[in-house]
Amino acid sequence: MADGSRPCPHARTWSTLATPASAQDAERSDDTTAQALLAALDVSSFAAKGEAIEAIVRSDDPRARGWLQALLDGRLQRTDDGRFVVVLDNAGRQWPVEDALTGEALGEMSRRDLDRIGINNALRNQLRSAIAVVDLYAADVGLRRASAERLLGEVDGDLAGPLAEVIEAEPDARVKERLLQALAIYRLEQGEVEAIDDLRGSLHPRVRVALARAASGAVESRAAADDGPVLAEEARRALSGIEQKLKVNRAVETLYFGLSLGSVLVLAAIGLAITFGVMGVINMAHGELIMLGAYTTWAMQQWLPGQPGLALILAIPAGFLVAALAGIAIERGVIQFLKGRPLETLLATFGISLILQQLVRTVISPLNRTVVTPEWMSGSIAINDALSLTLNRMVVLGFALVMFAALILIMRRTRLGLEVRAVTQNRAMARSMGIRATRVDILTFALGSGVAGLAGVALSQLTNVGPNLGQNYIIDSFMVVVFGGVGNLWGTLVAGLSLGVINQVLEPWAGAVMAKIIVLVFIILFIQKRPRGLFPQKGRAAEG
Amino acid sequence: MNASRRIMPFPLRSGVAALLSAVALGATSPALAQEDPIKVGILHSLSGTMAISESALKDAVEMLIEQQNEQGGLLGRQLEAVVVDPASNWPLFAERARELLEQHEVDVVFGNWTSVSRKAVLPVFEELNGLLFYPVQYEGEESSENVFYTGAAPNQQAIPAVEYLLNEVGVERFALLGTDYVYPRTTNRILEAFLKEEHGIADEDIMINYTPFGHSDWQNIVAEVRRFGSEGKKTAVVSTINGDANVPFYRELANQGIDAADIPVIAFSVGEQELSGIDTGPLVGHLAAWNYFMSVDTDANYDFIDAWIDYTGDEEAVTNDPMEAHYIGFNMWAEAVRKAGTTDVDAVKEAIIGVTVPNLTGGYAAMMPNHHITKPVLIGEVQDNGQFDIVWQTPSTVAGDAWSDYLPGSRDLIADWRKPMECGNFNVANGRCGGSTAAEEAEAALAE
Repeated sequence: MADGSRPCPHARTWSTLATPASAQDAERSDDTTAQALLAALDVSSFAAKGEAIEAIVRSDDPRARGWLQALLDGRLQRTDDGRFVVVLDNAGRQWPVEDALTGEALGEMSRRDLDRIGINNALRNQLRSAIAVVDLYAADVGLRRASAERLLGEVDGDLAGPLAEVIEAEPDARVKERLLQALAIYRLEQGEVEAIDDLRGSLHPRVRVALARAASGAVESRAAADDGPVLAEEARRALSGIEQKLKVNRAVETLYFGLSLGSVLVLAAIGLAITFGVMGVINMAHGELIMLGAYTTWAMQQWLPGQPGLALILAIPAGFLVAALAGIAIERGVIQFLKGRPLETLLATFGISLILQQLVRTVISPLNRTVVTPEWMSGSIAINDALSLTLNRMVVLGFALVMFAALILIMRRTRLGLEVRAVTQNRAMARSMGIRATRVDILTFALGSGVAGLAGVALSQLTNVGPNLGQNYIIDSFMVVVFGGVGNLWGTLVAGLSLGVINQVLEPWAGAVMAKIIVLVFIILFIQKRPRGLFPQKGRAAEG
Repeated sequence: MNASRRIMPFPLRSGVAALLSAVALGATSPALAQEDPIKVGILHSLSGTMAISESALKDAVEMLIEQQNEQGGLLGRQLEAVVVDPASNWPLFAERARELLEQHEVDVVFGNWTSVSRKAVLPVFEELNGLLFYPVQYEGEESSENVFYTGAAPNQQAIPAVEYLLNEVGVERFALLGTDYVYPRTTNRILEAFLKEEHGIADEDIMINYTPFGHSDWQNIVAEVRRFGSEGKKTAVVSTINGDANVPFYRELANQGIDAADIPVIAFSVGEQELSGIDTGPLVGHLAAWNYFMSVDTDANYDFIDAWIDYTGDEEAVTNDPMEAHYIGFNMWAEAVRKAGTTDVDAVKEAIIGVTVPNLTGGYAAMMPNHHITKPVLIGEVQDNGQFDIVWQTPSTVAGDAWSDYLPGSRDLIADWRKPMECGNFNVANGRCGGSTAAEEAEAALAE
């Protein structure tokens, strides 16, 4: 974005223009004209601003793209003495600026001395289209791709002519295909039956809209009158092919949503699966351990300002440690004295959860904290025109699976895992074999709590980081553990993911509130039938 | 437990102020300065889910009281804040309100945010004849003798916002998304009736969806909106999503690449405070409708912001619409007390109707006989610095309408608390003060 506001680099893109309208030797207009062009933007009426933008586009000034981009980004501003400047960086109170006409750096200015030229959504659309037309001739293939993407459905009679030439000259296949489609939409609207061939199979919503319009008979065929039905018929056939593909896409999308929700459930529940499932401790403060992990992420980002990605990665060990230490404190301070008294454990840990919440409110703030999502976790990956998968959710899904694998390894392959399993299966026997059960208790609880902290780190990227974060997940966590089968990590994974998918399949059909209710009723009925969940513990130990 | 502790800091602070002003006034009015202070109750949640929005309002009222005391108080008496914490717990609101009125004998109360908490305290204020200033936009369908509604009624926010979308943006399809409780449901009912009856929008062009409080998984709903908006007609989302569910909602919007230029979202519950928890870069251009924005370019507003930043000691502190409502409400009450010459509730109630005070947007707010006030309606677009850029506003102020013209059952009702009518739900069709029947009718219609 930063380079978009400087006129100089774009003089280069502009100089590669290939249309006769703006030839290689595009001249800068003189300063008075340029000043007048910009001054026309400085009016309150948005309609007048739209005309001023048109005038800038028609001026063929090499600095035009820079101006348009700066206007789009809200960086084109006017000083008190009527000069136009481009703000290079609008963070903080003092902004570095440069002259919009000469590109000369003017040092820093206060925002009080600058008047921003405001735009609205309609102008934003106009600016993007104008910039896209300019970028069609850009040397950078990235810019051309964005431009082609933008022009889909935006081609009009003026652009159609030059566009055909651009397509001829275009070296990049992807840009070429897009531009062909963009042109085909225009041709279809003009009633050309052949245009449909270029559109067949495209999943882009604009294509679908154009085809649907043609299929409904709203477009008059340009050929002989009796070809009219042919056009509509062809469009209808192309459309039904697209609808088929879209159905598949929708199913994949729902599955992804479900797995993503499921991974959140697994994350929240997996720590509980250890403390509740393996140790049998009902820890109502589990949610607050998740919250501690999320706050650790926030604290790391405060500590490392400007590096949200690094802070997030460092928060993974830090969140684990903080939550594990808190877990040890809870275990040593309260739970060890209440061993074998589940009701009292439940009440005591519920009290701890309230204390932790209020502590965060008093010490930090009752308000939610902002946790920044790093660049590499924002946005989505486009699989095709109709299906794109959001990145933050994908990272969380991957993180949940890695964490699960690590836990399974710890439980199956390490000394600690062996001892934990021994103590849970038969405490007295394990102790007589020389295992220090108390130490195992502490370590297990610390592990479960630490994992809750990790969940918090991941959840900070999806939801609000506030004192209530934990409360929102505690019920879901118990639900997943009980449904999956107490004491079974695999059960938690399968239960979490399947509940996620069920929820997302139901949601469009029943609504968010109803979907939750249905899932809850389903689990209650399921537990009636199979009280030990999906994957019950087997063997004599489980019976005791 | 919080109640008594939280009062503590304030008397200290006001004590100092009182001392200073007593010195300033010198020998002219020593007797007056020693009179009992006027007690101002503050009923805002300082803990629980609503603390995110309400705690700033408590500070705002305290600031206004401090400013008033610096100017010598009211009727020569100092003001004293009595703060209680209803903890986002609706029944507790009623208890705390009773405590304020019976134990502390406050002269006026500023408080509440959610409609459900207002409904909880309403009987208490009516029974004990208290005064409540309610600063938040709400669903209307109510006018109480003891409550002054300084936030927007639907005709001061929702209806103009939708008209803006229809006329200025050219929107033809509407997705009405809301949190599942009384304010969004009533507002959406009014909007649905308005769109269908006044603008002939078809059934299939209106999508309505409700989500629970604190909803965090928006993937499916946002994807649905994307599909809903990709069918060729210009689409907009009208959001009555409340509280912190907005953060994951906007995050999902940004991640799924829904751009404001394609599908704008206009929100009625998202202000500067809520945006301070989000990176607004990807949200530039989404809309909000309020009666005040922090970016309003007036001297009164800049003074208010400076005072607020000084008071909170936080350079990044933001102001928002309900704060302006408290600013207006507080000044109206002070003006009415001055006019009546007493803080007596009945005298103030009578004196306040017709009182006009400056608002922060460069105009004036007047208290109407139906206990609602006149406000300008502003539409703002989100900027990348978390502020709103005003893109449209009503040419003049709009008077709040307690009873919507678009709901059957409330269409014929008006509220007028002047003598001799003194009725909150007068039915113009049969010429009777409807009592509870009309309200029940409206509620029954809602419940359908």
